[in-house]
Amino acid sequence: MITIFQAKKIITMNPARPQATHVAVRDGRIIGVGHLDELTGWGEHRVDAQFADKILMPGLVEGHAHTMEGTLWRHTYCGYFDRVDPDGKTWQGLKGIDAVIVRLKDAEQRLDDPAAPLPGWQLDPIYFNNERVTREDQAQASTTRPAGVTLASVHIKNFNSKALDLAGLLKPGVNHPGVPLGADGLPTGELKGPDIMTPVGVHVGFDRDMLACDERGLRDFGKLCVRAGVTTVTDLAARMSDEVADMMIRVTGEPLFPARVLAMRFFQGLTARELIDHAILLRARSTDRMRLGAIKVIADGSIQGFSARMRAPGYYNGAPNGLWYITPEHMREIYDLALANDLLVHTHTNGDQATQLALETLEKALDHRPTQDHRFTLQHCQLADAAQFRQMAKLGMCVNLFANHHFYWGDEHYALTVGPERAERMNACRTALANNIPMGIHSDAPITPLGPLFTAWCAVNRKTASGRILGEHERISIQDALYAITLGAAYTLKLDGEVGSVEAGKHADFAVLEEDPTEATPASRTDVGVWGTVQGGRIFAA
Amino acid sequence: MLSVSIIGGYLGAGKTTLVNTLLRNANGTRIAVLVNEFGALPIDEDLIEAQDDALISIAGGCVCCSYGNDLVQALLDILKWDHAPDHLVIECSGVALPAAIAGSVSLIDGFQVDGVVIVADAETIKAQAEDTYVGDTIERQLQDADIILLNKADLVPQAHLDDVKAWLGKMSPSASGVATSHAHVPNSVLMQSFDHRPEDFSGADLSHAPAFASRAIPFHAPCDADAVAQMLADPQNGLVRAKGFVPTAGGLRAIQTVGGRWAVTDAPADARPGLVIIAQAGVGDLDRVAQLLAV
Repeated sequence: MITIFQAKKIITMNPARPQATHVAVRDGRIIGVGHLDELTGWGEHRVDAQFADKILMPGLVEGHAHTMEGTLWRHTYCGYFDRVDPDGKTWQGLKGIDAVIVRLKDAEQRLDDPAAPLPGWQLDPIYFNNERVTREDQAQASTTRPAGVTLASVHIKNFNSKALDLAGLLKPGVNHPGVPLGADGLPTGELKGPDIMTPVGVHVGFDRDMLACDERGLRDFGKLCVRAGVTTVTDLAARMSDEVADMMIRVTGEPLFPARVLAMRFFQGLTARELIDHAILLRARSTDRMRLGAIKVIADGSIQGFSARMRAPGYYNGAPNGLWYITPEHMREIYDLALANDLLVHTHTNGDQATQLALETLEKALDHRPTQDHRFTLQHCQLADAAQFRQMAKLGMCVNLFANHHFYWGDEHYALTVGPERAERMNACRTALANNIPMGIHSDAPITPLGPLFTAWCAVNRKTASGRILGEHERISIQDALYAITLGAAYTLKLDGEVGSVEAGKHADFAVLEEDPTEATPASRTDVGVWGTVQGGRIFAA
Repeated sequence: MLSVSIIGGYLGAGKTTLVNTLLRNANGTRIAVLVNEFGALPIDEDLIEAQDDALISIAGGCVCCSYGNDLVQALLDILKWDHAPDHLVIECSGVALPAAIAGSVSLIDGFQVDGVVIVADAETIKAQAEDTYVGDTIERQLQDADIILLNKADLVPQAHLDDVKAWLGKMSPSASGVATSHAHVPNSVLMQSFDHRPEDFSGADLSHAPAFASRAIPFHAPCDADAVAQMLADPQNGLVRAKGFVPTAGGLRAIQTVGGRWAVTDAPADARPGLVIIAQAGVGDLDRVAQLLAV
């Protein structure tokens, strides 16, 4: 049966037919786009006019997110900015530690089981003059339950005394750089780094594998996708145990699961050979809505955590250089084997030295094994300079820049981490496009909220939370930003032949919008209201 | 309390060879080895009794496990084993900072860090420390060391070896340097769980490595145990390790040193006073240390 959707306007992202009013869909695929009279020739059909006053775009593509956000929403939201949960409820941003305590207390009172833990997430002390939430603060919410809050950066958690005690850490004499001590000689409750957070976190209900979602979390993540207009999303660092792979294939295959998920196998804890073998096995298990076989490598840490690897002149505040998460030899081995086995590799680089290593390593691997259309992609790549973008172009690489970072932490980068000049060049979208580098822009949800239309606004305006325009020169047009969140991102995932534009032969994946983002001005917002999505011809209202 | 030796160093320095040497000479001591992942050949084939995805069983009751980046969980799991090992060895990945791993180990009740051993390739270590990408990481590893095993010493001329030793002395002043070939070093030098009997250090079994010298020193007069331990750990004295029990005003105390690291703890009830000091032949001056102790 053919359904012809009627819309106020369809933005196709296909320059040969940039706008239309109707799109014909059969068996989840687009069979034609145009005026109604151009489509009736396909035969018996039904016209669906429910979107007659809506704008349709290609379903949005989020090229860097983590499905664990779905699971995090079962913890108490403690963020500074308003944020919408999977069920559509807006949680007000909390503007001070007192407000955080009040919300945790409120959550505590709604728990029936007296032993149940009290986990929270997305606290960002940067907005509270870096004042930390201590054991004593959290004691106001509960002294009897283990409680803890994950910070927005996800590399730090704050715990109460009960949680520390359960993990055997509430003792004097602890000597560890990740465990600051208070005046009483006991840990303050702040723990930095996964080695330390994880053993305490398990008592508070934080998953041991920080990167994994669970079954309900994956379904909830699907709801977040619908609200954001997203029909193709990535799970960018998945360990993909057999159990998790089975679950994700099953849940994404459920009739009402609304998105296509591309999960990348995380490189850590395996030899290069084991990684490649696992990726090959996973690739064979791919389904339409669960794409497997790509690989995620992490080269360094984060800029605001001072663990990114920097070239001269290093950190603005004089912090020592950051940490490598991989040896150059290991990276080379992964690249060599991935090229030989036609596997896609995305590499996280934040600092410009990490970017340089990835560039040089891929150059050597390609010298050894020239490969067409590999689409190796640098993820975040926040500090790359113009020369590095030129090199990316030569090597045939793609990039996925962290446009949202500017809004949330741009002021911090300007004042503290890299200083004014390099803060202005971070996430250089215009330079990437000027070099014809295929480009996506991303949220890294749950680090920042899933919402490609907001991400587009960030790339168009480069405004920070305080209102500073950071790097006017690197701003891009609305049209380029909309391309980045559709075809641009799809290209980095080797899915641009299937999704990312509204044209015959592609999946019937649409974002259903209340207003037309192409009519927004940079001053107004591109993140217009989202009614919901159509994915594979199935309709999902937000 | 399970003693933990942390073995770090960059790729190719000989960490895996060292681990195999320790296992080969375990001599009834049950050593558990934790590696980040099973590399191509983590354990010499002739030592392996059985292997599955996460555990290799080794002749003589030793085991090797991969921890796949969840070190703390692996440590907690070891506490639940039916037969606790006698000593734990953690082999770090090439870019890991051993001090961070030592910090994590020290957080968990039931474990104490015995020492950080960094394996360095005598031929290449100086060039590696100049590498654009990993140079500063390698320097930080060397600075974390209690003992630096300057491996493949047989492959370089003496002048080069002397130069590297002098450079390491500046780079990592508190570490004790030990020149080796094929990562050959007695277990008792690297792991305190092994008894320090003077005959362990005769060097008879070390065809490629310079021998170690040790001396047993009787100790009867009450002393300040911390001061004695600090003196034994002073790099000027060139000791690799010291171990024993000393009388103090408050009773007998146990002293452990490895390179510049020292610890003073309660002595077991059946301990008898006395110290064993160990140095690589030609490096430390045992006579001088014995004299210092006699004062």
